[in-house]
This record gives sequence, structure tokens and C-alpha cells, in this order.
Amino acid sequence: MATRPEHSAPPEIFYGETEAVKYTASTRVTSIQAEMTERALEIMNLPGPSFLLDIGCGSGLSGEILDENEHIWVGLDISSAMLDVALERESEGDLFLQDIGQGMAFRPGSFDGAVSISVIQWLCNADATTHEPRARLKRFFTTLYMALRRGARAVFQFYPEGPHQIDLITTAAHRAGFTGGVVVDYPNSSKARKYYLCLFAGSENVPLPAARTDPLADGMDVDGAPAAVGAGQVRHVERGRQRVLKGKGRAKGLTTAKTRRERILHKKALSRLRGKEGIPLDSKRTGKKRKDRF
Amino acid sequence: MRYFSLSATRVNTERLLTHNMLQCHVKNCRPNESFPLTIKDPELERTEAEFNPDFMRGLVPKLDWTALRKTAGALGLGDLPAEMPEATDEFLQMLHALVLETRVVSGSMVCDVCHHVFPITNGIPNMLLQADEV
Ligand SMILES: C[S@@+](CC[C@H](N)C(=O)[O-])C[C@H]1O[C@@H](n2cnc3c(N)ncnc32)[C@H](O)[C@@H]1O
Ligand SMILES: [Zn+2]
Repeated sequence: MATRPEHSAPPEIFYGETEAVKYTASTRVTSIQAEMTERALEIMNLPGPSFLLDIGCGSGLSGEILDENEHIWVGLDISSAMLDVALERESEGDLFLQDIGQGMAFRPGSFDGAVSISVIQWLCNADATTHEPRARLKRFFTTLYMALRRGARAVFQFYPEGPHQIDLITTAAHRAGFTGGVVVDYPNSSKARKYYLCLFAGSENVPLPAARTDPLADGMDVDGAPAAVGAGQVRHVERGRQRVLKGKGRAKGLTTAKTRRERILHKKALSRLRGKEGIPLDSKRTGKKRKDRF
Repeated sequence: MRYFSLSATRVNTERLLTHNMLQCHVKNCRPNESFPLTIKDPELERTEAEFNPDFMRGLVPKLDWTALRKTAGALGLGDLPAEMPEATDEFLQMLHALVLETRVVSGSMVCDVCHHVFPITNGIPNMLLQADEV
């Protein structure tokens, strides 16, 4: 069996400069992270542009989707190499170099919600002699609970190593005051299956959202990636294998546009076509950056 | 692979909004007392952001006005009135420019109670703690 990244090195070492660049340059990774972030946003069901936390924001792939949906966000990550790539990609969130296992200190009720894509399983590991996963999970969830406004949701897509990790993580979240639990999308497809921990801060009896069940109907390929990778492109497959895709990829959400502005306009147009509401009208400023020194 | 220069495009720096939400998280510190963290040797930048009146209206009750006033004054960004004004469009625009378009590119944030220094490099505050500070 392939080694899990969490077993190979601490996150700030595993996501060093080389991996940070490789990770972010992979079309496959980009489209999967985008798809999962969109799913997390769907579960969060926010009324409009909100102030969000991106926990383990990495190189900003999840954050880019938050930008496209006009959210204002703060990203936390322990890998400075990943954050450097995020800087280069010009996403808009504020970035913090932070170990989430050490907790955070935002004033109570600061955030309208939190997303975390492919991160939380890292907290189940002890990377230093001073690390105790239970204590770190407790500190993380307790301080996150504080930072969220009552009624806010926190949605974590994660890769549990087994039922014991789901239990470890969920128990820590409940002890910190959250309600909610795990939704498993595509439970019958070993490759497309995705775990979402859906947490509610200070609201009782919120039903968990329904799981998605049919990967092919939702435009996934057999590996559970959004079937959007263009013909002939090299896809990076886990465990170091590489394959070339046959020319049958569906152009769903994929953009070849080069600039950030083009990317955002393209995404907004797609969203409108798909009938999403509340997509802001384009303005001359969309995706444009200007800065004035004081 | 080397990255291109960040000078013209650097945007992921700390907004004053986020600073207004941030407390010291060092073990046994008294975060309420030390709030807001003092910004030392700041280099500021203004990046344009789209104005969203609904978002701003939602933000108003979350802001700590006293802290914002103190920080704006210390950074030389102007004197805010002692009481938060009414949420007129004009006020919201001003607030937008102050908390969403004003960013700290470098310097540090210092806790006045435990004296921990959180350095800001390339716009990214370093919030990592030593094992005995957790
Ligand atoms: C697979 S990447 C996901 C990044 C981003 N969310 C995305 O969707 O592309 C996992 C990230 O979790 C971060 N991470 C792991 N452990 C962490 C910790 N204790 N504190 C903060 N970030 C952590 C890693 O540095 C890495 O950037
Ligand atoms: Zn302190």
C-alpha cells in the first residue's frame, strides 16, 4: 500500500518547496480541490458573501473558489512553502503561518463559517514528542468554536485513515460544543468516495445534508475526479503513476484562461449558466489588483 | 522554479479587518487585556476590493470600534470618532477602505501583556508558538 503523506513527514516538511509547486501545478489536484471546496460551500449554505476561515489553506486552491464566490477569507497554514505559492497565485485572503493544533485566537464570533479541504487528518498524527493528537484536536476545535458566530457551519473534507480517526475527530468536535457529523458522498465508489465533517456551532437539531450518490451523473470520472481534464493532458495520479487521459474529458468548470481576471469572469459565466443565484455582475474591477502606497 | 516578483501583485497580506479580530493565543496570556495587538514598524499597502454594502452591514456589529480607532490612530490613518457613526452608505464606504483595502505588508504585532512578538514577513504573520507557549 502507498504511504499516506501524514506518515511520511510532518506537514511543513512534506509540503516543502518542491511539493508545494508540484501540488499546485497539477491539473488533477486543482480540479479535485475546486470540486470539493464547491461541495463544502454548498453544505455551508451561506446567504451571501461572508467572512470565512480556510483552515489549512495551502497554496490557495480552495481559497480561489472562495474568491469566486465573493467571500472574504483568512487562511491558516503551517507550510510556508505552500503559503509562498499562494502569494504568487494572487488569491485574496489574508494568510497566516499557523499550526492549527496550537489553536487560534480570534475574537468570539468573528467568522460566519469555516472550510477545510484535505487537512484535518493531519491532526491525528504526533509529529513531535510534545504532540498529543487528542490534546491538539481539542485545542483546535475549542478555539475554532469560539471564533465562529453562533449558527455558523464548519465543513471539513478529509481523508480518514479508518473508522477510528473519524471517531477521534468527531468526538473532539462534539466535546468542543459542535453538533453535526460526517456525510459520505459516493459511498459506493471506492475512488470517488469523499468524507465531509459537517459541524454546526451553537445550533441544535440541524439535519445533516443528504450525501451525493452517483459520481457519473455528477460529472465525475471513474477515479472520482471532476471529468474536466482536457484531451491529452498528463494527469497526476496518486502513488506516483502518471497516465494520459483519452480525449473524452467533459469541459466542466475547466478553464484555460491565463489571467486571474479571465479565470474569474469565466467561472462567473459558468455559474450563471448553471443557474446559481447571487453571482455579482462583472465590473471593471473584477480580478484587478491595484495598490497605492500610503 | 522561482516565483516572479511579488511587488506589483502582493495581495494576501493582513487586512485591518483581520487584525481587528485577532487576539494573542500564547498560553496563560490575557487576550482581552492585550487586544488589539500593537502593530510595530508597519509598512502599509492599499489594494482595491469590490464594495459590498450588505457584507459591510453584516460586519459592523462584529467590529471592535475602540480597537479599530486605536489602531487607525496609531498607524496614522486618521482620527475616528469615539462612537461608531450610523451605518450610512458613506460611512460603510469609509469603513470598507479602512478594514478591507488597508493591509499590513510587513512589521510585527506585539502583545502588550506577554510581550510575544508575531513577525509579519511578506505580509504573512507568523503565529507559530514554542512548545512551552501552547
Ligand atoms: C492537501 S493540502 C490542502 C490545501 C488546500 N486546502 C487545498 O485545497 O488545496 C493540506 C494542507 O494542510 C496543511 N496542514 C497540515 N497540518 C497542518 C497544521 N497542523 N496546521 C496548519 N496547516 C496544516 C498543509 O501544510 C497543507 O498545505
Ligand atoms: Zn500575549
